[in-house]
Amino acid sequence: MQRHLISAADLTRDDAVLILDTAEEMARVADRPIKKLPTLRGRTIVNLFFEDSTRTRISFEAAEKRLSADVINFSAKGSSVSKGESLKDTAQTLEAMGVDAVVIRHGASGAPYRLANSGWIDAAVINAGDGTHQHPTQALLDAFTMRRRLVGRDAGLGQDLSGRRITIVGDVLHSRVARSNVDLLHTLGAEVTLVAPPTLVPVGVETWPCEVSYDLDSTLTKSDAVMMLRVQRERMNAAFFPTEREYSRRYGLDGDRMARMPEHAIVMHPGPMVRGMEITAEVADSERCTVVEQVANGVSIRMAVLYLLLGGAEPAVTHARIEEK
Amino acid sequence: MDTQDTSGIPASDARPVLEGPDIARVLTRIAHEIVERAKGADDVVLLGIPTRGVFLAQRLAAKLEEITDRKIPCGSLDITMYRDDLRMHPPRALARTEIPGDGIDGKLVVLVDDVLFSGRTVRAALDALNDVGRPRAVQLAVLVDRGHRELPIRADYVGKNLPTSLRETVKVQLAEEDGRDTVLLGAKQTQ
Amino acid sequence: MSKILIRGAKVLGGEAQDVLIDGAVIEAVGSGLSAEGAEVVEADGKVLLPGLVDLHTHLREPGREDSETVLTGTRAAASGGYTAVFAMANTFPVADTAGVVEQVYRLGQEHGYCDVQPIGAVTVGLEGRKLAELGAMHESAAGVTVFSDDGKCVDDAVIMRRALEYVKAFGGVVAQHAQEPRLTEGAQMNEGIVSAELGLGGWPAVAEESIIARDVLLAEHVGSRVHICHLSTAGSVEIVRWAKSRGIDVTAEVTPHHLLLTDELVRTYNPVYKVNPPLRTERDVLALREALADGTIDIVATDHAPHPHEDKDCEWAAAAMGMVGLETALSVVQETMVETGLLDWAGVAERMSFEPARIGRAKGHGRPVSAGEPANLTLVDTAYRGSVDPAGFASRSRNTPYEGRELPGRVTHTWLRGKATLVDGKLT
Repeated sequence: MQRHLISAADLTRDDAVLILDTAEEMARVADRPIKKLPTLRGRTIVNLFFEDSTRTRISFEAAEKRLSADVINFSAKGSSVSKGESLKDTAQTLEAMGVDAVVIRHGASGAPYRLANSGWIDAAVINAGDGTHQHPTQALLDAFTMRRRLVGRDAGLGQDLSGRRITIVGDVLHSRVARSNVDLLHTLGAEVTLVAPPTLVPVGVETWPCEVSYDLDSTLTKSDAVMMLRVQRERMNAAFFPTEREYSRRYGLDGDRMARMPEHAIVMHPGPMVRGMEITAEVADSERCTVVEQVANGVSIRMAVLYLLLGGAEPAVTHARIEEK
Repeated sequence: MDTQDTSGIPASDARPVLEGPDIARVLTRIAHEIVERAKGADDVVLLGIPTRGVFLAQRLAAKLEEITDRKIPCGSLDITMYRDDLRMHPPRALARTEIPGDGIDGKLVVLVDDVLFSGRTVRAALDALNDVGRPRAVQLAVLVDRGHRELPIRADYVGKNLPTSLRETVKVQLAEEDGRDTVLLGAKQTQ
Repeated sequence: MSKILIRGAKVLGGEAQDVLIDGAVIEAVGSGLSAEGAEVVEADGKVLLPGLVDLHTHLREPGREDSETVLTGTRAAASGGYTAVFAMANTFPVADTAGVVEQVYRLGQEHGYCDVQPIGAVTVGLEGRKLAELGAMHESAAGVTVFSDDGKCVDDAVIMRRALEYVKAFGGVVAQHAQEPRLTEGAQMNEGIVSAELGLGGWPAVAEESIIARDVLLAEHVGSRVHICHLSTAGSVEIVRWAKSRGIDVTAEVTPHHLLLTDELVRTYNPVYKVNPPLRTERDVLALREALADGTIDIVATDHAPHPHEDKDCEWAAAAMGMVGLETALSVVQETMVETGLLDWAGVAERMSFEPARIGRAKGHGRPVSAGEPANLTLVDTAYRGSVDPAGFASRSRNTPYEGRELPGRVTHTWLRGKATLVDGKLT
């Protein structure tokens, strides 16, 4: 039985809807005088971060604490890892301290999968972002944000995103957020279009369950949600695009472009935003931009995932992926 | 909503111990008892424990409103995250907690459930309530008390005391969820 | 040395015959040979092949004795049916001087399990900038004829041209590791459907093919011969086929793993499948098999690349590239080429013994199984089937992609110049 959350592609439609529905209830805890549930009392979770990511780490930490878990934060910087300790030894050291679950962020694609499947440790593994592979809780919180905005909080319960048109714009090649979202949104019935310069679309994308376009303007007018991905300025030096200005002219979201989106359509961004690059301040600060909401929703989603994976004798989420022999 | 009674499938040889009219009658009686004991019920808040406790609370609220001619606040209190047997089962889907607008601080909260059995559900509900606010007092109303308490908990309002053996099951069906009103007593299915 | 009679062996897969070894030489091949004064080995229908020759082995000594030594590597070779291996130059120090190649050569001779023919580096320190003393290495006791910067590509077109020209003076050959370095920066696996999904840096086929295309044209231009290491894509096959049709003196090798495994295995993120060049697609695998069958690809070479456990027991990106292969090569070739009907055993002998010896000018190896020839022989139980257990490897390293996989065939005996190095599957 799978006890881990490694990839958004592992979730069935029912799994995903259950997580979103659970997150909706978790969100209500935030409105109560005591924002805490006793559910994971006595369980220890380590946040094992080999890459700096303050916002993801804090989001997981808030979720863990709201469920009363004991939380250990481990950052690779300045630890024995920087002195050459292997992932295996680090993980086994932590498990020896009685850890029930490992939330891992790692720069190498597949590191969480290895941790979950190599027999190094018994703890549950939750992927908090690995290389350019997956970031499943980000995709879940994005889907949660879309369902709330496009379907409704209560109306959305039990619902997926059938027929919604979602556009993801930017550096798809280097984006675990894009990969996770394509997988999950497809599972939830949405129609996904990726928009990027051809240099930032991976070879092999043709088998992904989505459309690919090089033209933002033609896609915008029929999108229910437009998700802008962060574009690192360094990509320019590797000739992925000529200049920052040319990138933002062709693929950035500004006020004019936003005005051509359908009235109900929202603008999303996983953060951190590079204002002036993929998104202008006008768009980032507008009512239609859900960036702050996504952060709040991140805590609810992570509470839901933690509860469903760790709250019972065995996980409630049934994954599809076959474990390594 | 004790654990043994959540299957939703009554035993094949189950027999009804309360029928629709009986259920309506005992709810009317409980409503009157609440008004009497709460001296007019002007600060009563009803909180049903999902799933069937919520429907019973709504029915009680309607009857109280008839009697008192006042709006009676009524909501739901999900106890899933507070259960003491979480680690014994896969995690359950959560139900809704809906606290009426004015909250519960200083109010008389009447918890409503279908069956009182081990008392563990009520204990979890008391914990859950603790995280929501601080009522003046908490009381408990149940449709059926089947005995076999495992905790020092008793009901303030009981629809029917039903002496049972541990080999029996008690299943409450309500029109809102099950299409009809009945309380069934059956033999536990051997597995 | 006494006489050995191998009785009832299918020589190169043909009719059962007896083979009599006297000392270091095959005395006679025929039926009903007298066993008088000879130790008898009942071959009982097993296949007798000329001792296998591997043109591409990493023995790791000097420098990385934690993963392999000349002793453990040659024991692994004998165990896999090899009587000669060509040791790649990427050791520490690099085999770019006569001193290092002579040391490796002597170690092979001392241990006596398998002849070790060192390969010399093309450029000093494998850095691709300055030619190593190729002539000195050729004239050394090691008699180097094959030069390669394997592990790295000789990507500078001028250096490659000069190397191709220079080795003509003594009949040498440059073995190119075809990998355009800029196109493979950060590359982790074959670029395609699977890499897109897994988020691992893509290693495009064109990075290999563009170098092969350039090098066959250079070889044609300067009238030299060139050997292509571990060819891995269908496109590379097309280019080599075209070059041969033009009369260019090019030879090419394929590894056993590229004949069997595909990039789908990388979905496990298990670094045991991490190798350079990377595992490709099923289409490539089928094209490579076909090319090996029709002679476009000349030989099978193992690219035996031992790594210590810790270099594979980690996350994919941190892992070393390469797999051990000497002890499974023949089984994989039987599985992929013989049992599919693409090659008979004579064809296997051609591609794993005769031709690699010819390309590398290995004296006394890759000779016919006939009277008067050196007794370098391998006896294979082709009816055997068993699952691969790395615990039984003679190699110091265990990084095999075949653990637990059922493969056919087992080498039971190996003779190096009449001396048994492997008897009943056990090293002597």
